[in-house]
Amino acid sequence: MSSNPNTPDPNSVDLAAVRAKLAQAGQKHFWQSLEELSETKEYREFLEHEFPHDTAANPEGIDRRDVLKLAAASAALAGLSACTKLPTEKIVPYVRPPEEIIPGRPLFYATSMQLAGVAAGLLVESNMGRPTKIEGNPEHPGSLGGTDVFSQASVLTLYDPDRSQTVIHEGRIGSWGGFAAAMTDAAGQQSPKGAGLRILTESVTSPSLAAQIRAVLTQFPEAKWHQYEQCGRDNVRAGAKLAFGKPVNPVYKLDKADVIVSLDADFLTSGAGHVRYAREFSSRRAMESPSSNPNRLYVVECMPTSTGAMADHRKPVRPSEIAGFAARLASELGVGSTSGASSAAQGISAEWTRAVAKDLQQHRGSSLIIAGDEQPALVHALAHAMNAALGNVGKTVYYTDPLEANPVDGIESLRDLVNDMKAGKVDVLLILGGNPVYDAPIDFDFGPALLNVKLRVHSGLYYDETGELCHWHVPATHYLESWGDARAYDGTIGIIQPLIAPLYEGCHSAYEITALLGSDPGKSNHDIVRDYWASQRPEKEKAFEDFWERSLHDGILPATALPAVNVSARTDFAKQAEAPAVPGDLEISFRPDPAVFDGRFANNGWLQELPKPNTRLTWDNAAMISAATAQRLNVTNGDYVKLQLKSRETKAGIMIVPGHAENSITLHLGYGRRRAGKVGTGPGFNANFIRTSAAPWAATGLHVEKTGNQYYFAVTQHQYIIDHQGHASEEESDAAFHRDLVQVATLEEFRANPNFARDPNEEATRAFTLYPGFKYEGNAWGMSIDLNKCVGCNACVVACQSENNIAVVGKEQVMRGRAMHWIRVDTYFRGGLENPEMYYEPMPCMQCENAPCEVVCPVGATTHSPEGLNEMTYNRCVGTRYCSNNCPYKVRRFNFFLFSDWQTPSLYGVRNPNVTVRSRGVMEKCTYCVQRINAAKIRSEEENRPVRDGEIVTACQGACPADAIVFGNINDPNSRVAKLKAQSRNYSLLAELNTKPRTTYLARVRNPNPEIHE
Amino acid sequence: MAQIFHTSTNVLSRLSIYGGVFIVALLGAALYGIELSPWYTDVHVSREQPVPFSHKHHAGELGIDCRYCHTSVEKSSFAGVPPTQTCMTCHSQIWTNSAMLEPVRSSYRTDKSISWTRVNALPDFVYFDHSIHVSKGIGCTTCHGQIAEMPLTYREGTLYMSWCLDCHRQPEKYVRPKSQVFNPNYVVPSNQMELGRQLVKEYKIQSLQNCSVCHR
Repeated sequence: MSSNPNTPDPNSVDLAAVRAKLAQAGQKHFWQSLEELSETKEYREFLEHEFPHDTAANPEGIDRRDVLKLAAASAALAGLSACTKLPTEKIVPYVRPPEEIIPGRPLFYATSMQLAGVAAGLLVESNMGRPTKIEGNPEHPGSLGGTDVFSQASVLTLYDPDRSQTVIHEGRIGSWGGFAAAMTDAAGQQSPKGAGLRILTESVTSPSLAAQIRAVLTQFPEAKWHQYEQCGRDNVRAGAKLAFGKPVNPVYKLDKADVIVSLDADFLTSGAGHVRYAREFSSRRAMESPSSNPNRLYVVECMPTSTGAMADHRKPVRPSEIAGFAARLASELGVGSTSGASSAAQGISAEWTRAVAKDLQQHRGSSLIIAGDEQPALVHALAHAMNAALGNVGKTVYYTDPLEANPVDGIESLRDLVNDMKAGKVDVLLILGGNPVYDAPIDFDFGPALLNVKLRVHSGLYYDETGELCHWHVPATHYLESWGDARAYDGTIGIIQPLIAPLYEGCHSAYEITALLGSDPGKSNHDIVRDYWASQRPEKEKAFEDFWERSLHDGILPATALPAVNVSARTDFAKQAEAPAVPGDLEISFRPDPAVFDGRFANNGWLQELPKPNTRLTWDNAAMISAATAQRLNVTNGDYVKLQLKSRETKAGIMIVPGHAENSITLHLGYGRRRAGKVGTGPGFNANFIRTSAAPWAATGLHVEKTGNQYYFAVTQHQYIIDHQGHASEEESDAAFHRDLVQVATLEEFRANPNFARDPNEEATRAFTLYPGFKYEGNAWGMSIDLNKCVGCNACVVACQSENNIAVVGKEQVMRGRAMHWIRVDTYFRGGLENPEMYYEPMPCMQCENAPCEVVCPVGATTHSPEGLNEMTYNRCVGTRYCSNNCPYKVRRFNFFLFSDWQTPSLYGVRNPNVTVRSRGVMEKCTYCVQRINAAKIRSEEENRPVRDGEIVTACQGACPADAIVFGNINDPNSRVAKLKAQSRNYSLLAELNTKPRTTYLARVRNPNPEIHE
Repeated sequence: MAQIFHTSTNVLSRLSIYGGVFIVALLGAALYGIELSPWYTDVHVSREQPVPFSHKHHAGELGIDCRYCHTSVEKSSFAGVPPTQTCMTCHSQIWTNSAMLEPVRSSYRTDKSISWTRVNALPDFVYFDHSIHVSKGIGCTTCHGQIAEMPLTYREGTLYMSWCLDCHRQPEKYVRPKSQVFNPNYVVPSNQMELGRQLVKEYKIQSLQNCSVCHR
């Protein structure tokens, strides 16, 4: 942050110029960022240089002599550095070898990871006992083989050196034995009633933990169990309660839905079941031929999300207006009274609503309305009522009993606890997970209230804001270290199975802490979970043993999905819809962060450095605002402002986001952590300072005041802009050089011209080349990426980082364009600033057949393989960076410093042993996961057969929840990838350069409603 | 203007030019010599081990199959160094009081691994796979030398890239029948080139020389 408001910033965005340019360009022009449109200095640098800011200004007075001296010295030193003897290594074999482990071969185990209580099914790769890579569990209904960014990155948290490692008692190192004794004492003092005993948990879907806590409550009848989850599903349950009278859990079947309306629901990348939903949604966008029938998605939302980007029609509206729109849509569908119509959202015309309603009516039984987790109960209830009226229940949506074992409202439950704490009624408080001191509503004053409790116990992965205020802090086990169980989005129970013993002696799970209060202290969490299921299942002894083994293998308990329950929706709540929204009043909307969620992943470098969908912001959250509102408030990108909400305030940097709703600001949660660890302490702004229990997700009456300071964000959006327009002046046929990198057509256009994406001159261009015609006999690896399926969730980016040992570089280096991701998700916009269309384009290395990078390497460090890979050999690379300078796709990454952490021992564990950890001065890039290719080839050679189609799955492909990425042998016409590449939507990026990329794309086809013309 | 340098300077300057070239060449030769010397490559240098294990005795004289101890050689990139338990299968019965074997017994007793010194080590940026080599008819002794005659194990080859490429360029020079892969006393036949060419065809051996085969 600098404080110099008077100097004009050459990088500031001129919105008037942007608008003029957009108006001139019309609706057909793709753009990536405001900086691009206003051609800021920084943007030009990123466009023209592969790595701007990389050359320091020449020091004064350097002359020829000094250059020679330096050259000689460096040549001499370079020679010397190669003359090191290999260090003597040790081999330390097992004393007694464990079963199944073959040194050098990975093993996979099924387990589950919870996020806000909902389990994601995973398969975890273990190398010699070290979990290193997360994959999705194809057997698990919530995964189907896909994953999300949180599960992909969770393995880094396991090895995080900042994790808490020992029991801490009043700020000093304590012991588990001491803690157990203290708990036994406390339990003794609380006997027999336990009036002063409170347990605070996050969302608990684990039947065994719930049974344990219930047993404690039976033992101490006056004790209480509170539950608080900041980004939980309180509103989903409240909405169901409003509509049906009980807090049922809606489960969607998106593959059955032809028309979907999202009421501020980002169901493709967040919330329960989003991995499954992304797979189901994208299965309806496969567009194999012009006769395919894709689904249609309408999204009404405030902040542009991934789901919004996939919409065929999207409307940005303020949070307070969503309910109005929902009521209006409901009344169009004949649900409830029509009085809600008066409070319809600005910017959504009656015609639009009517057209949506008509589309829904035409798809009775195959339509679906989804309300966002953060929406008030009323919106959920309206969505349920509309789905009922449209006959969708049982077809595209069904209801089950709640997933949570104790389905209480989190905020109310926490309020009760705080009141009791303030009244001095709480003697012993067990906080099992969570960080309420950081994320409780600010009006609760949770921290000060907590200090009234006589014995405070905190269990968590980190000694965080809450742990610091507690008498005892017990380090929690990571899910990869402990036993447990948890329900998936449809209720299926997944077993949490440890991959490794707890890394630190002090770590214990919530099961073991709870057990200290019960009849069986000291019981291991394996025994607790297993015994629970032994008591629940009909199988006994040997039969149970078999059942348990099979369940562990599959990762799920068979047939435990919750059955559909019959519920009937009321409709008389609709008249409450008339929520007054003052026009012009500024609103704030809080959302879980797409990278660090509620702050629990704040110390995870992979997630911090992950460019967030649409904004491509890393290392921070921001006060996100629309261009028009920014102009009205006289603020611009990077202004450091004070956000005042009633008497409370927080500070944040302004970020103009195309497509954000007017008169509102979105601020993500999870940042501004005070005690998160080396990575997570500091970045971003704490939204919790202005988040109250009365308005946990959206509030009106926000006041924005400039501080005069600037805040600098690390945004990767315009760092890899591909310059495909500059050639026009140098070449004769400039028309050929104006092919867009994203190819889009409407369904109508696609049906009229199925080959719209193809470059008509591609074949002609192919004839002109100086490259030797490589012949690819045998395998020829290629990749197809379907832009119609990609939901921009970033799972591929983190999966690649995990698989390929990609380093984290930090905010400052990201600002210089040095982030190391091998695959990035480029975001393109089309149309005006207010509500542009959004497109995602994942960019790995194109693995060109005529590769511009290979011919310029002076040392043969990047070469062509007989199978068509552009190989990158680190040990040969001397760091000239000629290759990246010559790469038109800007997919090469350079280690400007020793970015890989070679010092921290705990981080050795997370590395993939089959990929070199790169050092300073070395170029790197996507290899198509050549380690996986080689492993599969070796296996096939040993079995004397060709590599099977689908045998090699790249990390990005494996992680993709939407099944958008397919890899394989393009020489085999029957392979999946060859068939996809044969589709008419297939096109190459920059085909005019004749690089013959092996990575090609399937063009996007939009399916707009022909009756909507706005 | 008077001459600044004496005429003998001509000789000196010539000498220094030739001398310079010689010195550079000599230095180069010396470095090359060092690079190939056992001091640098560890070739034929026996390494000290916690237990003086003799391949000569076990593999040569007793004729124990390589795979009895190196169990994963056919399945994995890593051939495997035997766990203490493998030693104890025999040594719980024979030589049970030998002082030399005390580290083995104590490892088994205390559950602490024996820490062996690695003999054949590759740099971390090289990924070698045992299983594919043995399954394609490359014998153990081809790379590891006459292991059956080594009282203490040493490295046979430099393990330099040129050493690897020697075979990758012409696999027929080294390939042997699959039945002989684990035979430590295999003698290369006089018609190796002829046999080799035949086996290369039969085993579908490819001459893989591109970088990502080993570097990634």
